[in-house]
Amino acid sequence: MKILVAVKRVVDYAVKIRVKPDKTGVDTQNVKMSMNPFCEIALEEALRIKEAGFAKEVVAVSIGPSQCVDTLRTGLAMGADRGIHVETNSSFLPLTIAKILKSLAEFENPGLIFLGKQAIDDDCNQTGQMVAALLGWPQATFASKVVLDKDKHVATVDREVDGGLETLCVDLPAVITTDLRLNQPRYASLPNIMKAKSKPIKKMTVQDLKVDVKSDIEILQVTEPPQRKSGVMVSSVDELIDKLRNEAHVV
Amino acid sequence: MMMQRLRRSEEFIRFGCESLINLRPNKNSVPRSVSGFVTHYDTKGKLFESNVGNHYNTHRCLGRNLGMLQQYKCFGSSSASQIERKPLFSSLDSKDVSSFKEILGDKNVVEDEERLETANTDWMKKYKGSSKLMLLPKNTEEVSQILQYCDSRRLAVVPQGGNTGLVGGSVPVFDEVIINVGLMNKVLAFDEVSGVLVCEAGCILENLATFLDTKGFIMPLDLGAKGSCHIGGNVSTNAGGLRLIRYGSLHGTVLAVTANGNVLDMLGTLRKDNTGYDLKHLFIGSEGSLGIVTKVSILTQPKLSSVNLAFIACKDYLSCQKILVEAKKNLGEILSAFEFLDNNSMDLVLNHLDGVRNPVSSTENFYILIETTGSDETNDREKLEAFLLKSLEKGLVSDGVIAQDINQASSFWRIREGITEALQKAGAVYKYDLSLPVEEIYNIVNDLRRRLGELANVMGYGHLGDGNLHLNISAADYNDKLIGLIEPYVYEWTSKHRGSISAEHGLGVMKANEIFYSKSPETVAIMASIKKLLDPKGILNPYKVLPHSLFSH
Repeated sequence: MKILVAVKRVVDYAVKIRVKPDKTGVDTQNVKMSMNPFCEIALEEALRIKEAGFAKEVVAVSIGPSQCVDTLRTGLAMGADRGIHVETNSSFLPLTIAKILKSLAEFENPGLIFLGKQAIDDDCNQTGQMVAALLGWPQATFASKVVLDKDKHVATVDREVDGGLETLCVDLPAVITTDLRLNQPRYASLPNIMKAKSKPIKKMTVQDLKVDVKSDIEILQVTEPPQRKSGVMVSSVDELIDKLRNEAHVV
Repeated sequence: MMMQRLRRSEEFIRFGCESLINLRPNKNSVPRSVSGFVTHYDTKGKLFESNVGNHYNTHRCLGRNLGMLQQYKCFGSSSASQIERKPLFSSLDSKDVSSFKEILGDKNVVEDEERLETANTDWMKKYKGSSKLMLLPKNTEEVSQILQYCDSRRLAVVPQGGNTGLVGGSVPVFDEVIINVGLMNKVLAFDEVSGVLVCEAGCILENLATFLDTKGFIMPLDLGAKGSCHIGGNVSTNAGGLRLIRYGSLHGTVLAVTANGNVLDMLGTLRKDNTGYDLKHLFIGSEGSLGIVTKVSILTQPKLSSVNLAFIACKDYLSCQKILVEAKKNLGEILSAFEFLDNNSMDLVLNHLDGVRNPVSSTENFYILIETTGSDETNDREKLEAFLLKSLEKGLVSDGVIAQDINQASSFWRIREGITEALQKAGAVYKYDLSLPVEEIYNIVNDLRRRLGELANVMGYGHLGDGNLHLNISAADYNDKLIGLIEPYVYEWTSKHRGSISAEHGLGVMKANEIFYSKSPETVAIMASIKKLLDPKGILNPYKVLPHSLFSH
């Protein structure tokens, strides 16, 4: 079985971000970029499944500008067998990404697609679900535990939901998105970094995959959240009620 | 780092809860935390006061339960137990207090006991003075006026900044008046072209780093205490830290200081100035004994975007040395940190800290952290990988990992920076900060291990890139036999190899009498002359830095 893992290159989790002065987005010039933490967890899970003998190959795929190759190299250094880079300079929204991944899935025929539950730059939490819907495959999102049954071709997944944990059994092929407590990703070790140099990264374009990338959504503006205003001291209960009623409109 | 301070406060809450619940006296247990690295947060006066003299003494809580005499006894060698207050110094009286109030205003003359309690005690809770007065000047003129008054009255003073020093140099020994520059915390000027920052001595290092970050610059020094330490204190102690290997010591980066033994204004922002003797170097590292630094002008560096960190394992110390040489050659201009730790240190950290794991899958004898900082991400990464792979092939490195994002990098640093914390949790610790020729550094660790045998756990770690070893001996509790085996053996060993008994921590009160292990009597005699020249009455930070024997008349 082949496992496809989608990884996204995002602003590093520890960086303090700033909004660009023209409000078109977040400033990513000269800022440290890394693999999305949830994508790391997704890749780690795929690698563990392969090491347990349930899969033959782990393929990492990333969609974006040329620097995505760095992210894919990280994936290869962790242990993925090969990488696919869909090169584009546009910044795509989840639906477009999902269409691209669908096209790739039809091309590669994986038994499982792993994604992070959401990217830390847009927090959309949509791509995994959309891919599953487009492919008509079952989905298990927010996975905190994944157990495969080779013979029955199913995966039993514990999901982290608001009320606690939900256990689902999904037929393969399926889409799984990973949550924080699923595993702790491995570090890229030197021997693996060395091996990664000879692993192939295939370049593709959206035209190759015959995907229509026109988006229905246009981002108008990106702003910082409003600054927190300082508190006000009131001198009496009456003044407090007055403020609550007439200024805050909560009474 | 901020993280360390937050970790310490966690520590406090945990210990605090224990002490409130566990009220049974346990005669056999020696307080584990008398070693000193208990949190900076105070024991809140009351708990401590009630502990003195009653059966809560052997209580397993926040240290300092033992009386002062016993505390010194635990450390055995501390010369503090043999110091006597110089009778020549005057004692504080009410007229002095009102004169200070006239100069500074009522609010900035502190006689409050709780605040004095904190100011009198050093960060490690190892040294405690009995000062009755703390002064908080707001500017250079006030400092000058205070010092002139103290000089005329022969009142001893202690300059104090963040109070994070590790050799008892920032707290009074007896009743010296504390002069704390904490209110002098303004940034005065920053030139974005030259990178020269001019600020007052009471600025906290981390605040300066944050300020510079918004401008795209960094401070040339970085150390664990940065959340609390002041730049004035850093300069007065010539603080080292993690970035020394890349940016050099403060002797190179500080352009000028204003010091107030007798109002010396040398504040300038010139990179080059060869007019006469460069006196600022006297003050940098003088630990407050020649003058109080009030303003600092320092050269800062542009912030570079590409930082990479590798954590590697080696079989023996010889490999570590070879890797250091190779790293300097191959990584040259981008190398920004080179730290090492031995297996005992790694074990200690893994056993005593939560949420840490060994980044390398196998246990080895030595681990090294190599950090590079440069301007080209891809280029730097390739350079580092190429260097490490070559070392792997040559057999110098047995295994290693490279951090893929800032989180992983932080977790690697946590191991190296967490050793101090782990030592504190493990029991009693004897700490030594030595500079030695790189090839000798680990020999002292091995020799001491053979010497102490089963008695204690000896750990070696530190700034290998600078030839600076942090030698730590951890035992279940303090005992005189152990201290007798360690000192003066460690000092003599260091002296024999022409090393320094204090690489970056300074002498303070802890090592004031040990200076002869690293400096000749003639050199020290000249130091004493300079001290007498700049501070004839000897009121600035007495009993510290230079041996007491030189000043007894």
